[in-house]
Amino acid sequence: MNSSQLIAFLPVICIAAAAVVVMLTIAVRRHFTLTCLMAGLGLLVSLLALAMAGRQGPVQVTPLIRVDAYGRFVMALLLAAGLAVIAFCYDYFKNREGENEELLFLILAALLGASVLVTSCHFATFFIGLETLSVSLFVLVGYVLGQSGSLEAAVKYLVLSGVSSAFLLMGMALIYAQCGQLNFSGIEQYLASQELFNGMVLTGIVFIVAGVGFKLSLVPFHLWTPDVYEGAPAPVTAFIATVSKGAVFILLLRFFLSSGGYFYGPALTVFSVMAVASILVGNVLALLQNNVKRMLAYSSIAHMGYLLIAFIAGGRIAPNLVVESVTFYLVAYFMTTLGAFGVVSILSTPQAEAVALSFYHGLFWRRPGLAAIFTFMLLSLAGIPLTAGFIGKFYIFAAGADGRLWGLLLMLIIGSGLGLYYYLRLIVVMSMSQETGIDAGHEAAFGRVSSVILAVLTVLLVWFGIYPGYLMSLIQGLY
Amino acid sequence: MMLLALVAVLFLGGLAALISERWSPATPRWIALAALALEFVLVLLQYLLTTDQSSAWIADLKRPWIARFGIGFHLAMDGLSLALVMLTVVLGFMAVSCSWTEIKQRPGFFYFNLLMCLAGTVGVFLALDLFLFFFSWEVMIIPMYFLISIWGHEDRTAAAIKFVIFTQVSGLLMLLAIVMLALIYHGDTGVYSFDYFDLLGTRLDADTAFWLMLGFFVAFTVKLPSVPFHTWLPDAHTQAPTGGSVILAGVMLKTGAYGLLRFVIPLFPEAAHQFAPVAMALGAVSVLYAAMMAFAQSDLKRLIAYTSVSHMGFVLLGVFAWNLLALQGAVMTMLAHGISAAALFMIAGALQERLHTREMGNMGGFWTAMPRLSAVALFFAIASLGLPGLGNFLGEFLVLLGAFKVSMALTALAALVMILSPIYALFIIQKAFHGPLRQPYPIADFGYRDMAAMGLLVIASVWLGLHPHLVLSETEPSLQTLQSSAAMESTDEQ
Repeated sequence: MNSSQLIAFLPVICIAAAAVVVMLTIAVRRHFTLTCLMAGLGLLVSLLALAMAGRQGPVQVTPLIRVDAYGRFVMALLLAAGLAVIAFCYDYFKNREGENEELLFLILAALLGASVLVTSCHFATFFIGLETLSVSLFVLVGYVLGQSGSLEAAVKYLVLSGVSSAFLLMGMALIYAQCGQLNFSGIEQYLASQELFNGMVLTGIVFIVAGVGFKLSLVPFHLWTPDVYEGAPAPVTAFIATVSKGAVFILLLRFFLSSGGYFYGPALTVFSVMAVASILVGNVLALLQNNVKRMLAYSSIAHMGYLLIAFIAGGRIAPNLVVESVTFYLVAYFMTTLGAFGVVSILSTPQAEAVALSFYHGLFWRRPGLAAIFTFMLLSLAGIPLTAGFIGKFYIFAAGADGRLWGLLLMLIIGSGLGLYYYLRLIVVMSMSQETGIDAGHEAAFGRVSSVILAVLTVLLVWFGIYPGYLMSLIQGLY
Repeated sequence: MMLLALVAVLFLGGLAALISERWSPATPRWIALAALALEFVLVLLQYLLTTDQSSAWIADLKRPWIARFGIGFHLAMDGLSLALVMLTVVLGFMAVSCSWTEIKQRPGFFYFNLLMCLAGTVGVFLALDLFLFFFSWEVMIIPMYFLISIWGHEDRTAAAIKFVIFTQVSGLLMLLAIVMLALIYHGDTGVYSFDYFDLLGTRLDADTAFWLMLGFFVAFTVKLPSVPFHTWLPDAHTQAPTGGSVILAGVMLKTGAYGLLRFVIPLFPEAAHQFAPVAMALGAVSVLYAAMMAFAQSDLKRLIAYTSVSHMGFVLLGVFAWNLLALQGAVMTMLAHGISAAALFMIAGALQERLHTREMGNMGGFWTAMPRLSAVALFFAIASLGLPGLGNFLGEFLVLLGAFKVSMALTALAALVMILSPIYALFIIQKAFHGPLRQPYPIADFGYRDMAAMGLLVIASVWLGLHPHLVLSETEPSLQTLQSSAAMESTDEQ
């Protein structure tokens, strides 16, 4: 490994080191605040390393990993999301009993997996990254031992995740059997040299799609989502919804772009069907929820469906517009989802998660700042202007219209209409007068660190919604 | 810069109102009043300072915004937008005036939303970049949603959500059409642009043009509204607080008409021409159907809401007739209806504040109890039925005159409303103001503040009717520019 490779790979090494340091710190002294600080510091160092490597061109680090500008950008996004999640965890767990320090280690390990995933260019790192991420998530989901819901969610996630990994491996095996290649560019070369359409490769791709579809909770692989979102502690839910899904989506995009998956029209048809089903099922079922976390879970299914539209458009339009659209949408989605679950996590108390609508009754008048933040997040999810979510939706429209995917765009419009109903319903509940829903028993403490993070997220959300030029120019040159 | 100030004053005024609630519950309304007064002065200054009469455009401001897609922050004002911005400011005053005592809960947030809504509307009337236009279009919806869902009446939640879903979904269709138009322009020229003037000459094949036109048309006719997209309106108007109803009926409906005038026909002249018979038929049907529905209502605000649909049908008819007379009539109807509908909603709101009901069955005999209020109500009921000498008559007359050249049958059909509108207008007067008084307790009549506001509207209505020259001549150049950019009627007029 030469020096430029080392510099390129340094951020990943930093995360791994931070994970070890956190583990050692816990061995020396069990102190939750200290552990959080160490973990946060580790992520900051890693971000710094990323910034140092920022000027480099694409670097191939071993045959397994390829660090390019795009990978660095997404990694920075994942790490920043990790920082926010750590802040939420701090406020969420600081007053709870039990040994919560290992949580930080698990988060770092999951981030390590995600970082490997987004820089992967080989089936081996694809699988290793995904499993590192998933195994950490099993434990994170079930971390709060006292609650049966949490345990149930963890077991459910474990079993289904195992099945999906099996699908994934099978897909890889099929492709390998045909191509004799495990790295993405090798597969592309093989496919380009073949003129005929290959059934084995297609089957392999479809198997991989099934495995990935599970991680992205696309219909029909979505069944775990509401239960896991509901059962996991709120900051962990934020982590699953952002880091896990984002990293997998980026990997999927990279795989399709660099291995020529877009040549396979039927695979895109499969994706189209999944996108339509996700948008419809996600939105319709979200309408029926009275539990805020379950509602957000179904809405995230729908959002992955929207994102798929830009992805599918990649079969017909220039790859840089696809990458740009997907990345902008993901950035907006990250900020919004972190914000929304951050509010849920701030409002939660050790006795109960803030999932019932009654928690939000009259929030506008009890805690106007928090309610305003939540409103912005919900409006961004609904894609209303002044928020980054709108620009993200605009990108989807641009990519979809450029690829002439009229049917899918129509679904997007219908889905948005349905989505408005449940987002607005929550806003209505928050704006109801306090007298009707006062329930002073479960007023949560004031989480200072989380509040700062939420305020920053909101400012960024509005900033990128009104003046997205900076972020756009940043993303535009990535691919 | 003046144009930017027009939007900024309302925006900052809204923020100031929100913050000022801390000092006293009364400050927000004064701040709202001050912001509107400043806005009024600015609009007037803009008008008076314009010396260049050669161009239809009074003012123009263009700054780069999102360079990636060639999106600019492009505001411009011509006679048409000037008239509509003026209407917005005047009705803004009315909305503040009628909320003066009605809004007791969280006045800061109320006036914040009111001013944001107005800022979005002014943005819609001024924006000449399609992206910015859509942006403002959406920005005005959410504050209105809050106005209805927080300060509205008993069924407010459902009405507010219905309002947002209708406007939002149709808005997304428009966004799709806008994006598509920009992409086609990009395909032709190699650069992205959302600028109105750039896109104006885009060459489209007939099929594409038709679908894109339809995207815009649906968004605007939902807002206008026209049958069959009108069902959100009676609910939203009825449930909104008085100030909200005034803004909704007076100003927001006009954004739909403005969009048809400014965007649909100039951008897609051929497609619009082909579609004109359908659109005009929809207009004529709206006129008649809504007038009949109005007569069937027992809820006063609902009745007035349906009359709005009926009047807006004339606008649709006039816009798609697309000759100067009909266009001037449409603009006149927009202004005159803005004033008369706002006044009627204020009267309905005043009655509700005093009686806590909107049911006309519970009303009666107010003529003796509240002579001032009743006189004003009579005036505006008659204005709304189209008495010659008032603005509404002029607008409808010009529309019918212009539309007659294009389609005799539809014009004759729409003219039947001249029979129906007196029925519903006089029905209000008879039910609510004549007959025996039902309330045993004394009811307060209009005070000085109400009378000042109403007096202003009465004067404006009479002025529009008797001296329409100023408005007509001020909007004529811009209407002519619009027409020349899309001379779709040139063959029909010969």
